[in-house]
Formats: sequence, structure tokens, C-alpha cells
Amino acid sequence: MSKGVKYKNEKRLEILKTYKIYIGGKFPRTESGRYYNPLDSKGNILGNICLSSRKDFRNAVVAARSASVGWSARTAFNRSQILYRLGEILEGRRAQFIEELKIQGSTSAKAEKEVNNSIDRLIYYAGWCDKYQQIFSSVNPVSSSYYNFSVCEPMGVVAIIAPEENSLIGLVSVIAPVVAGGNTCVVLASESKPLCSVTFAEVINSSDVPGGVINILTGNAKELAGHFSSHMDVNAIIYSRTDKEELKNIQINASENMKRVFYWKSDWFSVKAQNPYKIRDLQEIKTTWHPIEQIGGAGSGY
Amino acid sequence: MTTIINNNEIIIPDFRNTPLIDQVGTEERVSRFTKRSIKNEAKEAGLSMVLSMIDLTTLEGADTQGKVKQMCYKARHLHDSVPGLPTVAAVCVYPSLVSVAKKELIGTDIKVASVATAFPAGQTPLKVKIADTQFAIDQGADEVDMVISRGRFHSGDYNYVFDEIASIKNICNDVRLKVILETGELGALDKVRRASDIAMHAGADFIKTSTGKIKPAATLPVTLIMLEAIRDYHEKTGIMVGMKPAGGISNSKLALHYLIMVKEVLGDAWLTNRWFRFGASSLANDVLKQIVKLRTGRYQSNDYFSID
Amino acid sequence: MKTKDKSESSWNLSPAPESTDHIQLKKRYEHFINGKFVKPVKGKYFATINPATEVKLAEVAEGTIEDVNKAVNAARSAYENVWSVMPALERAKYIYRIARMIQERAKEFAIIESLDGGKPIRESRDIDIPLAANHFFYHAGWADKLEYAFPNKNPQPLGVVGQIIPWNFPLLMASWKIAPALATGNTVILKPAETTPLTALKLAELIQDSGLPDGVVNIITGAGETGAAIVNHPEINKIAFTGSTQVGKIINKTVAGTQKKVTLELGGKAANIIFEDAAIDQAVEGIVNGIYFNQGHVCCAGSRLFVQESIFETVVKKLKHRLESLIVGDPLDKNTDVGAINSKEQLKTINDYIEIGKQEGALMYQSSCTLPSKGNWCKPTLFLNVSQSHTIAQEEIFGPVLAIQTFRTIEEVISKANNTPYGLSAGVWTDKGSKIFNLTHQLQAGVIWANTYNKFDPASPFGGYKESGLGREGGLHGLAAYLNLK
Repeated sequence: MSKGVKYKNEKRLEILKTYKIYIGGKFPRTESGRYYNPLDSKGNILGNICLSSRKDFRNAVVAARSASVGWSARTAFNRSQILYRLGEILEGRRAQFIEELKIQGSTSAKAEKEVNNSIDRLIYYAGWCDKYQQIFSSVNPVSSSYYNFSVCEPMGVVAIIAPEENSLIGLVSVIAPVVAGGNTCVVLASESKPLCSVTFAEVINSSDVPGGVINILTGNAKELAGHFSSHMDVNAIIYSRTDKEELKNIQINASENMKRVFYWKSDWFSVKAQNPYKIRDLQEIKTTWHPIEQIGGAGSGY
Repeated sequence: MTTIINNNEIIIPDFRNTPLIDQVGTEERVSRFTKRSIKNEAKEAGLSMVLSMIDLTTLEGADTQGKVKQMCYKARHLHDSVPGLPTVAAVCVYPSLVSVAKKELIGTDIKVASVATAFPAGQTPLKVKIADTQFAIDQGADEVDMVISRGRFHSGDYNYVFDEIASIKNICNDVRLKVILETGELGALDKVRRASDIAMHAGADFIKTSTGKIKPAATLPVTLIMLEAIRDYHEKTGIMVGMKPAGGISNSKLALHYLIMVKEVLGDAWLTNRWFRFGASSLANDVLKQIVKLRTGRYQSNDYFSID
Repeated sequence: MKTKDKSESSWNLSPAPESTDHIQLKKRYEHFINGKFVKPVKGKYFATINPATEVKLAEVAEGTIEDVNKAVNAARSAYENVWSVMPALERAKYIYRIARMIQERAKEFAIIESLDGGKPIRESRDIDIPLAANHFFYHAGWADKLEYAFPNKNPQPLGVVGQIIPWNFPLLMASWKIAPALATGNTVILKPAETTPLTALKLAELIQDSGLPDGVVNIITGAGETGAAIVNHPEINKIAFTGSTQVGKIINKTVAGTQKKVTLELGGKAANIIFEDAAIDQAVEGIVNGIYFNQGHVCCAGSRLFVQESIFETVVKKLKHRLESLIVGDPLDKNTDVGAINSKEQLKTINDYIEIGKQEGALMYQSSCTLPSKGNWCKPTLFLNVSQSHTIAQEEIFGPVLAIQTFRTIEEVISKANNTPYGLSAGVWTDKGSKIFNLTHQLQAGVIWANTYNKFDPASPFGGYKESGLGREGGLHGLAAYLNLK
């Protein structure tokens, strides 16, 4: 330390946040050790953000797959309560998210609206958990002596490339319907505005969402989209960005194991961005047949 | 359910655990039999076989010696204008009329079957049933058609039902014992299967669906379940048991479908009146009409076939 | 049945062939475009063969891109000017009329189906053709009720749909595809399979007679290249395909980056699971229906049989016995249970798999039936001593070949049943209700048959998980595939 400089006790030194990724309920840095420096509107560096690699994605898929059995087996009521709890915790950390959104370039008013809407969106989907089955299932009147019914079942592991803009409401809007329906997911957060995705991971971690149900990576879509769409143990992929060529490649890659591909584009602030059909998108319809015995029925001998 | 053959001794299974039956699947299997198309030579041979398997039956309170004599004549002379017809397999009467039938059928191969064991309800003590059966045998019956105690069966008293059949079998010696399950009172195919297994293990030579006094009487699904029970019993013990659907089979086409079912479930070995019978009264004339039609090309009228 | 009685007779069924006298087949069939039969632009034709006799039945037009263009123009014009603007109830009435007319001509359709495809007349008469009519009848009623099927949505037709169907259920697949497309207000270009085009062309005649507006349904015949012309056509809004997973993947890649919607019904390798507490005799029947129905040319065939070890010997014994009573031969004989293999190529594929099965050490058993000297035939076949690693337990054979494995516990059988890239269907046999629900929940397949197998109904959604396809067809859920849910 040079002699000429005198220490002034004007201001406490701020603890800077280390932004990590979220895999299997843990917060590792990327295995690759790489990082990138997104900038705010004034050109300041937002942080050393993990530039996730395909191996991070692979690890996240393993976590999502192993969480899938337990999560899909939860009762719908329980999933509903967990999503509600997620909303509760987000409510408690409103200030932090508003602050981060502002750092990422949002106005105060818009940031507040984005956080409020994100909380409300979680509450909205929390309520659907134990209702969409009743809307989308059916008993089918077949013309033979069988009881035949169709129910929704979660597809399994869903890879999500979250919206680039609207880094919180967009993120919440694509995650909530997926996990409300009993799927687990690996999400690539907004590349340019990654702060609140990582903070949202902390919200998830302090709620009752089991580890591995939601996994959040930060990084570059161009680098990762190919891996997201070609991984053979991913059942579906949601693409929420605007690059048509990227979407096309995703569709081509997805064909290899018949991943279901969804292109979700919306004004995420609008209530039109939320509906149970988004839950339905990530459901397979399973139809079951069983004989109906007719002994003792009208006019039947046996 | 397992039957273990050990030094020729058949271990009696726990009848509470007899195989389960799915009714809808059974009916679908039956529909495959009824969709078999039986044409030309197969039809003629089949119809002739049906005639030879009939137990011509009268079991009325109003039965008289005269009625039984007429029926026995019909048994011997089904339709004399058509040469080469077989006779029926047997006539089936009440014990009190066995001696009449026996006398009428002297010199033929036609058997006399007698119902017994307080037919049709069977609601008497075992010793009465034994006496009833003994009387029929003493009168000369070649075959005895007994009824099981359905009440005891429904109560779950399978040992009683078993012992009763075994007691009757015990006095039968060379007389062939047909055990009537009265399936119309059993109420479920699982129970038909269970009653079949009890009867066979207790010594039945034949298992038979019905008395003819209760509806439904014989049906294809019930008969299929009994045939499958016979097949499984044979598979395990090597013992052949006969099958007799009775009641409700009055036309040729239906009778031929029964034969198809016997052929496909049990095989050709059972396609003889030693192992398969129809308990019927009006079936014979319908079969005769079809045979005459096949030979003449003309559809027939009832007026040309004797009613006895 | 070793015991023989002295008086044993042998009674065998006489031949009972269905008469073909009143069947009207032309020597040559053209494309059906805009309500008329028109010659192919390039003037090429190919033969369709009776697989049971190897006799040529007729010549059909070979479609090219030029023919597809004509059909697309007709379908587009019919969509914009007639079909999409017609009151929905009127649309329904046309579809009902087609259903009725199929019922009226059912026997002719059944016989031609068996002639062209080799399937037993019992099946085409009792299953394929009645179900085909039922599909039109069921879907007709939806035409004016679509807004009730999707709460808070405003369902709109997609436009022109291209439909490519396989050879295993020719008319049934055509109806399965056309009926919902029409009910939802779309117009259609259908391509039947090259080995079985005749019933679709007879349906074209029927549609012409029905007075359906020109261009609403167009039928173009041809093979893979004709199909590719449809898939690649920029003016087609939706592709519905039933066929192999391999082709399905190609189609899916082809339409990537376009606005085309796609539904795919692809292959399968279904597990049929028999527990020791099942109704065994009915389960055996279910096994037979599962794999020998339609010569095993069924995407949802129960080709992997899992039998709980405690009943293995019983089930195999009963199954072998049942195999002996299956009558294999002339598809037109009313007593035939198993007909002809659809084509020489398919027969070769099946025989190759049988060879592989033997080479890999599985134990083969076949029915003792005798096969006709001419035509394409395969005996009902089963393999014992099979494990998950065997090729015949992994790949879709699409023939009457069953691979049998044993299992001990529920966990084991669930993991083995799901251990496949396919997920179309599965069967479960047990008398215990709670076990059924456990399995139906855990098995990854779009259709689960509990204590039955191979049942179909227009009201029942059909379609697969994983590599067995995308989307559902049939029932309320199948409608979504043909609608834009605004």
C-alpha cells in the first residue's frame, strides 16, 4: 500500500454477488469455468455470469430426469401448494428483484409491474395444478363393453430456452406451466439479462420445490440450443426467442427422438400469456381401456 | 390352483383359488366360434354328429309311460326316410321312468340317463339323494345326471359340495355320472369355473350346465368356461371328462357352433358322444330338417318331421 | 390332448370363400382430383397385386409433383370457396352421408380390402370397414360443435391437409384421417399406400356419388416420392402421417422451419404384461389378438410378451395350443384367422427377423399349419428365451412374431416395458384393480389396454409417446390436430 493514500471510512464495502447456475438443487459455477460479462444500459458490467457448457446441460438433464419420477408422482394438490409457496417467497423478495431489473435497464414502474405480474403468474398456475386434468381429460363413450378414459400425463423432462427480454416474467411464464403439469425442466435464462434468473433460482431453492425439478443455466443460446434439442433424454423443448433459423434447427434436431417442440411467443406482461393450454402443451394424452362386465345387466344372461 | 400328481394320487386343490374369468374376454372368444362358417361336407358331417350326441329329454311332472315310450321310439327312428342317420346318444328321464325307457331301448346302443339327487333343486339330505340315485341305478340307468347343492356352494361350503358329489360317485360304479352345475343359478363365470373344478375333482364323468328348469340354461360363454376347465383338468391329470350343455339349444346352427368350440378348445378326441352331449328336446327335429334340406336342396316344413 | 379315444372322429371345416362376383374393379384407376378421375400428368401407372395369389388386381396412377399441384389447387379452391364457408351443420351432413354410404357398400369394401391387402375377410368385414364408417359417423357430429371442445378458444380450420397412410388398415386409416379433417373444416389430399390403394379409390367413387363438393377430398396414388411431393408442398398447411418411425422423422425434419402442423402415428414395440393373478384363458386370447391380429401388421401390436414367471409354463402351453387352432390361409375364406403377408418385401423383412431371432439364440415355435404354395405367408410364430437385448425384442417386426420374456416383480416389468424408444401402446392383465392403475399410470404409452388388447374406437384417442409419434387421432383430443386454436 502506498504511503500517500490514506484510508477513508466513508462507505462500507459492498459484498458483490457471485452469480451461479442452479442444477439439482445446488448452486455450482459452470464446470467449464467460463464466464461472460453482460453490460447494463450504461455499459457497466453486470457481473461474471456463468457461460454454461453442454456438460452443465447434461448434468442438469440428469438432475431433471431423476427428479421427474418424484415430482410427477406428487399429488396435484401438493404441486399447487408448492407453486403457491414459490409465489409467497417471491413476494417477500420483491425489492431485490425490482432492484435487479432496474440494474438490467428497466424503469422502476416497469420493474415493479414485472415483479408483481410474475408473482401473480405463479399464483395463477398454482391454482391450475389440480384443475387442468378435469378440463383436458375425458371419458370416451366407445361402442363396446369397455370403460375408456383419457388422462393427461406429464411428458417428463422439458428443455426451455426462455425469453431474452422480460428476464423475470418471461422466465416465470415458461417455467410455471411446465412444472405445474408435473414436468421437470432445464431452462436457459436470458443471456443479456441473467441477474434475476439466478436470484429466482434462490427463491426456488428456499421454497419447497424439490431439487432437480427446475434447473437454471445461464449462457449462450447459439452455443446451447443444439445440445438442448439433440439430447436424447429430453422429452420436449420450448423455444421462446425470435431466431427462426435457430428454431428450425431445433425442430430438425428434435426429430431424432421425437421431442415435442413448442414455440411460445407472447406479450408476457399480458394476462393472455397465461392459460391452461400451456400446461396442456406439455402433457401426453394416455387412453386406458378396461372391460365392463355385463352379467346382471338389463336382459343379459351370461 | 395346483393339482400335484404324486404316485397317481391327485391332490385336491383349494377351491377358493380357482382360476379367474373375465366375462367380456370370454364373450369375445365365443364370438370367434360363432363366426366360423360351416359349409357343405363339414355341415353334413357336423349335423350327423349333433344327432348322435343328443340326450333326448323329457323331465316333466306330467311324464307318463306313454310319453316315454313315444320318445324312445323317436330316439331309435329319428327320420326313417333318410337312410344312414345315427340314433341319439341317450334318453333322459326321471328315475321312475327308467325301467320303461330301458325296456323300449333293448337291442340298441342308446343309453338311458336318469336325473337324480332330488332333481332339479337338490334340496334334500344326502341320504335321500343317495337313495334316489340308487333307485335309478337299480332300475337300470346307464347314466345318472345329478345336481349340485347350489345353496351350499354359494355359502362357500365347497367341501360339502365336493363330498356330496363324491358320495354319489361312490355308488355309481360303471354308471357314468353327469354333474349338473345349474349355471343359471351360479351368477358369475368365476363360479362356473369353480363348480366345474369341484365336480371334476370329486369324480364327475361329465359336467353339465343346467337342469333346463332355470334360465339362462346352457350358453356358449358358460360352456366355454366349462370346456376350458375340462382342458386344464385333463392337462394336469390325464383324465378326460365329458361335457353336456343342456337347455336352450334348439337350432342346428347353434349346435354346430358348440361343436366348433369343442373342437378348438378340447380337440377332436372330444367330438364323440362318449365325451360330448346335448341335453335337448327340440334340437333333433331342427337338425333333421337341415339334413333333409342339404340332401334335397329344399327348405323344410315342420309338418314333415314327427314330434314325439 | 394326447389321450385319444377309439371312437375319435376328425371333423374339419370345408372351405367357405366369400364370393367376389359382385365386386366391381376397373382395370385401371386414375387420381381423384377435384371430383373427377384424372389421368396422371406423366402418364405412369403401377400394378397392385393380390398378396395371397400374386395376381394383378388393377393398375393405378403414379402421382408426381404435377399431380400433387393440381390436387392442392383443387383443395385450396374448395377450402376457400366452399368448405370453409359452408354452414357447419351442412358439412356434418355430407360426412354423415359418407358414413351411411360406406355402411351400404360395406361388403364390397371388405372383399376388396382382403383382396388387395391380404387381411382375413373376418377382420375386414367385422373390424376395418365398420370402424371406417364409424369414424365418419362419429366425426360428422363434431363439425358444428367444435367450440364446445376447447373452452375459451375459437377453433379454426387449418386449410389444406396432406395425409399419407399405410397399408395395414387401408380404408380404416383413410377414414381415420379424412373424417376429422373434414369435420374440422379442412380439405384433403390423401395418398394411400402403394400396395393397397384400391379401397381408397373405391372411397373416391363413393365420395363422388355422395355429392361432396369437388376438391374437398382428393386422392393421389403413388409410393414414397408421391408422398414426399405432398410433404414438401408449400401450399399444404398440415401433414398427417401414419407409418414407420424412420419416415416420420424424415417428415418432421422436412417440415422444420415451416408453418406446417404435423401429426405422426409411428411404430411401436408394445409390452403385453400378464400377471399371475390374471384371467389366464382370456389373457391368452389377448396375446393372440395382440400379435396375430392382421398378421401382426399393427403398429400397436403386443409384440413383446412379459409373463410372470410363476405362470410361464401354463401360459406358453395354452398359447401353443391356441396357435394350433388359428386357421392360416385364403384371406377371403370366412374361417381364416391369419391371412397373407401384405407384400413380398414385408415377408422378407419378417423372415429376416425370424432368422435373427434364431441366430441370437431365442427358441422359435411355429404353428404346425400348412401354408398355401403361392403368395406371401408366414406361420404364427413365437420366440422363447428372449431377453431385452435381443433384436427381436427391440425392433418393430410388423409381422406375426411374438417375443416372450419372463419377469418376477412389478418394478422389473415396468422398467423393461418402458425400456424402448417407442411408446404407442401396452397391455396389462391382472384381476387386481389397484395394480392396473399402478401400471397404467407408470407405463409410458399412449394407449393402455387393461384386460383386453387391440381395441379401437373413433371416440378413443390414439397415438404414442416418445418415438411412436406426435399428437392424437380420434376422440375429442384428436380434433386439436386439425384446428388452429386461436
